[in-house]
Amino acid sequence: MGHVSSFDVAASQARCRRYRRRILDRSQSVTAMHIAPAFSCLEILDVIYHGFVEPSNREHTFLLSKGHGVVAQYCLLEELGVLERAEVEMAGHDGSRLGGHPDYGLPGIEASTGSLGHGLPLAVGMAYGDRLADRDRRIFVVLSDGEMQEGSTWEAVMLASSLGLDGLVAVIDLNDLQSLGRVSELVPSFYPLEDKLQAFGWDVATVDGHDPAALYEAIDTETGGRPHAVVAKTTKGKGVSFMEGVPIWHYRSPNADEYAQAIREVEQ
Amino acid sequence: MRDAFAEELYAAAREDARIVLVAADISPASAMARFVEEFPGRFVNVGIAEQAMIGMCAGLALRGFRPFAYTIATFAAYRPFEQIRDDLGYQELPVTVVGVGGGINYSALGGTHHAMEDVAVMSAIPGMTVLAPCDPSETRKTVRAALDLAGPAYLRLGKAGEPDLSGSAEPFRFGEIRCLREGADACILGYGPILKLAVAAAEDLARDDVSVAVYSCHTLNPFDAAGVGEVLDRFETAIVLEEHVPRGGLASRVKEVAWDTRATCEISTFTLRDRFIHVYGSHALLLAEHGIDVASMTAAIRTAASSRL
Repeated sequence: MGHVSSFDVAASQARCRRYRRRILDRSQSVTAMHIAPAFSCLEILDVIYHGFVEPSNREHTFLLSKGHGVVAQYCLLEELGVLERAEVEMAGHDGSRLGGHPDYGLPGIEASTGSLGHGLPLAVGMAYGDRLADRDRRIFVVLSDGEMQEGSTWEAVMLASSLGLDGLVAVIDLNDLQSLGRVSELVPSFYPLEDKLQAFGWDVATVDGHDPAALYEAIDTETGGRPHAVVAKTTKGKGVSFMEGVPIWHYRSPNADEYAQAIREVEQ
Repeated sequence: MRDAFAEELYAAAREDARIVLVAADISPASAMARFVEEFPGRFVNVGIAEQAMIGMCAGLALRGFRPFAYTIATFAAYRPFEQIRDDLGYQELPVTVVGVGGGINYSALGGTHHAMEDVAVMSAIPGMTVLAPCDPSETRKTVRAALDLAGPAYLRLGKAGEPDLSGSAEPFRFGEIRCLREGADACILGYGPILKLAVAAAEDLARDDVSVAVYSCHTLNPFDAAGVGEVLDRFETAIVLEEHVPRGGLASRVKEVAWDTRATCEISTFTLRDRFIHVYGSHALLLAEHGIDVASMTAAIRTAASSRL
């Protein structure tokens, strides 16, 4: 429980600055990129990979159910030496194996996602398989808040707690923005999300999704037979003032001036 | 057929610990009792949640298991279509989706329970094997065939009480049409339990010295184009019989082969009509409402035979 001291928060923050710089650099070689959705989940991915998946020698599983944030995952996999730098450089270019969503079979990618609402059911199957095989593994799934509107997600929410899958950790990237506007305005009855998950039998924690220490502590929780949800409050486009909370940056690359300003901001 | 499925899956599961059955609140209950008793963890009822059923099966397959997803054909093939396409097809995972009551087998339950387009829909997914056995014995063979696959399969079953049609047939071979009954004057190509109508038509015509061959096209995808091409070459009259809409199933595939091979035979198709019907009753009654009955097939074969005299 809460071994914050074992997770180097300053190092995580430094890595996240590098990831943001890397993604902005990468965005300059393609016409469009899911920058803002990646920026909202960088701290989440860093904490999961460096705090849990990597220390287990990758015995634990990571699924990016919000597959459109995959450039964040490429950064992590490159940093861990799972993907080669040259390959990440080519992502999205003609002939590349790396595209705009995770593709099963590539190094470090454990399932194909991209169509929302698929990750949690897949994770339920993996967690159940681990139980059948008597293997002590954890499965970390990162979902978007928009993705919580998919019925298939709720089928899996119901199933995971009914099966008592306590190896399952779902982190919800609550950035309050989907393609056409604010989630909280589109589906106000969705809030508070924590109540819904608790009502379905999940253990739930809420944290600042850009605070690595808080994330680490919230994820590192024994739930006693229940699946675990971490509602991570985030800002879409975090770190670049003109992208934060602005819908158009869901899928766009900055021009030269915007790029220069963004780089200055993320390196502050 | 569902009992044969359950018995064969139980037998296979005794030898292979990777086999898991995931059902969406529909199960061949009595026949599965032994499976559930012996392998309690390997039977999961997810409830009425077909998308989670397929996603969970994919997750199990990613962990090395050989899952079977089981429910009524409409709910197995249509509700979770995108999960079947993305989770199973795109990821090429060895999961078998079992649809019980394929076609209009649930005749008294209405159109919501009729899987009239499932073969077309499932065959459209790249890499998806589609299997449709004709009787309990062939059902057992298809279960074993599915277990040998490296990718996903859709297994279309009837329900219960289907007669044996393949007892004296040539051996079952995955991916190849199977001669159930030899003949010289005409052939009937079909799949699924309504092949009993083909056998009945062949028996009727035999009394008039018209000899009709019957083939079970149990593997609809990948399709045995070579085998069908040979049959079309050998017979002057071919009948296609299927409990499916006219597009995207066996009738379409046979006609594709006929074009590709410049076949000269006459082809008549007996399929479900291209519309929903709002009639309830027995399976035979609904098939007849769709224009599928023994008398119509024998008449078609007699007409074709007499036109050649």
